[in-house]
Amino acid sequence: MSIGIVSAAYISAAILFILSLGGLSNQESAKRAVWYGIVGMALAVFATVFGPDSGKLWLVLVMFAIAAAIGWQVATKVQMTEMPQLVAALHSFVGLAAVLIGFNAHIELGSVQALEPAARAALTGFAGVLAHKTGVEISILKVEVFLGVFIGAVTFTGSIIAFGKLAGKVDGKAKKLPGGHMLNAGAAALSLLLLIVYVQGAGFWALFLMTLLAFFIGYHLIMGIGGADMPVVVSMLNSYSGWAAAAIGFTLGNDLLIVVGALVGSSGAILSYIMCKAMNRSFISVILGGFGNTTGPAQAIEGEQIAIDVDGVAAALNEADSVIIVPGYGMAVAQAQQSVSELTRKLRAAGKEVRFAIHPVAGRLPGHMNVLLAEAKVPYDIVLEMDEINEDFPNTDVAIVIGSNDIVNPAAQEDPNSPIAGMPVLEVWKAKQVFVSKRGQGTGYSGIENPLFYKENTRMFYGDAKKSLDELLPKIA
Amino acid sequence: MKIGSPKEIFAGEARVAMTPDSALQLQKLGYDCLIEAGAGVLAGFTDDAYRNAGVTVVATADALWDEADVIAKVRPPETSEAERLKAGKTLISFFYPAQNKELLELCKDKGADVIAMDMVPRISRAQKMDALSSMANIAGYRAVIEAGNNFGRFFTGQITAAGKVPPAKVLVVGAGVAGLAAIGTATSLGAITYAFDVRPEVSEQIESMGAQFVFLDFKGQQQDGATTGGYAAPSSPEFREAQLKKFRELAPEIDIVITTALIPGRDAPVLWTADMVEAMKPGSVIVDLAAERGGNCELTKADQKIVTPNGVTIVGYTDFPSRMAAQSSTLYATNIRHMMTDLTPGKDGKLVHNMEDDVIRGATVTFQGAVTYPPPPPKIAAIAAQKPKEKAKEPTREEKLALEAAAFKAQTRSQLTLLTVGTVVMLIIGAYAPASFMSHFIVFALSCFVGFQVIWNVSHSLHTPLMAVTNAISGIIVLGALLQIGSSGWIVTILAMISVLIASINIVGGFLVTRRMLAMFQKS
Repeated sequence: MSIGIVSAAYISAAILFILSLGGLSNQESAKRAVWYGIVGMALAVFATVFGPDSGKLWLVLVMFAIAAAIGWQVATKVQMTEMPQLVAALHSFVGLAAVLIGFNAHIELGSVQALEPAARAALTGFAGVLAHKTGVEISILKVEVFLGVFIGAVTFTGSIIAFGKLAGKVDGKAKKLPGGHMLNAGAAALSLLLLIVYVQGAGFWALFLMTLLAFFIGYHLIMGIGGADMPVVVSMLNSYSGWAAAAIGFTLGNDLLIVVGALVGSSGAILSYIMCKAMNRSFISVILGGFGNTTGPAQAIEGEQIAIDVDGVAAALNEADSVIIVPGYGMAVAQAQQSVSELTRKLRAAGKEVRFAIHPVAGRLPGHMNVLLAEAKVPYDIVLEMDEINEDFPNTDVAIVIGSNDIVNPAAQEDPNSPIAGMPVLEVWKAKQVFVSKRGQGTGYSGIENPLFYKENTRMFYGDAKKSLDELLPKIA
Repeated sequence: MKIGSPKEIFAGEARVAMTPDSALQLQKLGYDCLIEAGAGVLAGFTDDAYRNAGVTVVATADALWDEADVIAKVRPPETSEAERLKAGKTLISFFYPAQNKELLELCKDKGADVIAMDMVPRISRAQKMDALSSMANIAGYRAVIEAGNNFGRFFTGQITAAGKVPPAKVLVVGAGVAGLAAIGTATSLGAITYAFDVRPEVSEQIESMGAQFVFLDFKGQQQDGATTGGYAAPSSPEFREAQLKKFRELAPEIDIVITTALIPGRDAPVLWTADMVEAMKPGSVIVDLAAERGGNCELTKADQKIVTPNGVTIVGYTDFPSRMAAQSSTLYATNIRHMMTDLTPGKDGKLVHNMEDDVIRGATVTFQGAVTYPPPPPKIAAIAAQKPKEKAKEPTREEKLALEAAAFKAQTRSQLTLLTVGTVVMLIIGAYAPASFMSHFIVFALSCFVGFQVIWNVSHSLHTPLMAVTNAISGIIVLGALLQIGSSGWIVTILAMISVLIASINIVGGFLVTRRMLAMFQKS
């Protein structure tokens, strides 16, 4: 296969990838879009494997076979509630691959430069590309290698920590070593220094030392971010994995890698932006971690939390005409989505209007709730975004809050001193009656007291979400 | 512990402080329930109904007062009843301690703890046990029904084959709980309803119930209900004059007047004078809910229905809640039950009289042989002070256009700035970087741009599939490893091999899981 045909295949692949992302604008076209992505990938890999710059075909095939088996296993076994962990884990693979490829590029560069000029001219493949570079180009190449490895390394450890936090293997609380962000800044400054040393001609040690520093930054940065901010973290790591791929693309002079890396990078960046906007916080404040910079005493909350039992909830639901359900991370934890779906089915069968209100940061991954509800066969056209449904709460008889807290906190609108002041929230308290399904009286992830629970029209439905709903189901007429 | 309710001995009182439903709830709190035989009959609850709810029916009042540790009743105790109290017993009922000083002394001497349901502070937390409000609600409803009973026409306007019927015009004076309930009932019967209150902040509540607020042309300082715990305070003579003038204007066209104006601790203000009654049309009805305190209408006679010489009926009953005993008993019993819930934090049938609690402290009038009335002011203000609202100005068409034009200009400016800065940065990079780098850089910049344009259109609900699919395609990094795997050096080959492996897991896993997710999204 000639270079020309490979390039043509790359162009097709790039267009297919763009179509694949663009197709996600609605649920129906999305089903086609994923095939565009698969075909694009197959085309790109096929063209590269059988292209002029490749070799050791048998090794590649063995690796593909093993990877396909593992990937298939993971993808079919994973629970939909474990989606955030899976995404984080997959990000770490891209990061590690970027690090390894960067190392390879360095080693290859070294061996090429050691050759006689005559032998260099005869080289093919990636070595050939390297052989024809001028001095300036070599310097740029080194910067690219360095950047690719740096971003890849940060992505790698960062994703592993994010995975650990999401899977509950690492404590979800924000933790920092003494020194906090000064440590990160120090490590970054040192890495910059190492970059200069490396471009000046230092050996592999500089690259390796920087990799260790970057590993540390990734670890420490994500350790310092709490679980509630995970949607931002995961989309940020998504973005990084893209930029790492793009940097490697520059190193190898491969345009397809650059295109895809840039697409993925900007996709992750936009997702992070949307998530930050949904929490009314700047990207920097999320990354620097943690709530707690309150500007004054929080408004005193008066009243008390009034509990209600299954019969009370059932009676209210049987009388209601319109119901809005607000799911949150608690629903995912309790694996209650099937029960929620069953409740929805029953209520709809009784001729009631049932809708779902999804806050952009509900759950631990952008769009997490949508996927869980879809898994439980809740039709997607009754699952609405915050902006679509917020105005409808005053005309709603019953709002059911299942395992969400901060995203329905009226303090965001009423208390200017609240740490979440100004964050857009779902105005459930405007419904005629609100039921909150919650495990206990504790505060939400952010540790902020929620005045919603003390409102007159709010009743607390204590207990594990799935258990409570299962008790409720037989009582719905 | 045992909680019991005797039969009310006040003449004509039909309510009862415990219903079979509330007894069930009280038993959940760990109490044994007692009821005097026949106590609920007038409210429609038979002794058998109580027995079915697990309540012990006690034959005589003596036995009940003797056996029960907590006695819940409706009316303040008669002297004969108070005599039966002793130390260690708790009485929960309406008490009106300000008016019943002697009764208060008697209860104190007996050593019983008395909780007055009428003294429950008006704070959000205590609303569930605010018996005054629940009774006022019933009184307001019943007042309209009573008026309708004495009014010879429809409330709602109708055009029938037999001719046109004009709608009734109802004026509600005083928009407290009773007033608002009356407004709601009157409007739902179809009457044209007007309402007046001295507290301007309730105009919103009045309008929300479907009535028109009667505005006074009065320049002086109007009162703010927040300073008096949500109740009305006496108004200035000038204000009163303006108010009466307005009522005189309205009197001839109003068919039904319902007055509910009360000021705590005072006689009811006279707002509907004899000359207004005279100005009204024959057949009109006045229902005076303030009759017990002398009445808002000059001609009201407490507990009586009178008809004036010009044919206006004036209803001065004082027992509206008792006239709807089934409903009022249910609500009152629930208020009592909520009070018991607060008094029983352990849900173990043990009464804990916590004098630190604002609500319990406020309602307790005698405690362990001492009079504890009046209570200290509550720690929490009942209602936040009203801030004068600034009306948002509706922008005119020109202003709107100007705003839009300004926004357009600002957008253009920011886009131009971005483009300029971007171009300059590109130029600087182009000036120093070699051509081979630039060709890749162009691809990179354009891809970022395309990415931004495309991703903004992705539906929010598909963000998780988006992450999974970007994850899969970022596995494209496998190309890098594929290009390196053919190298001669064994280290490079091994590292490239590992890269191929993990990047391929990414590709396969990412695409499969995306497909799985997308297949789940179904339309209803």
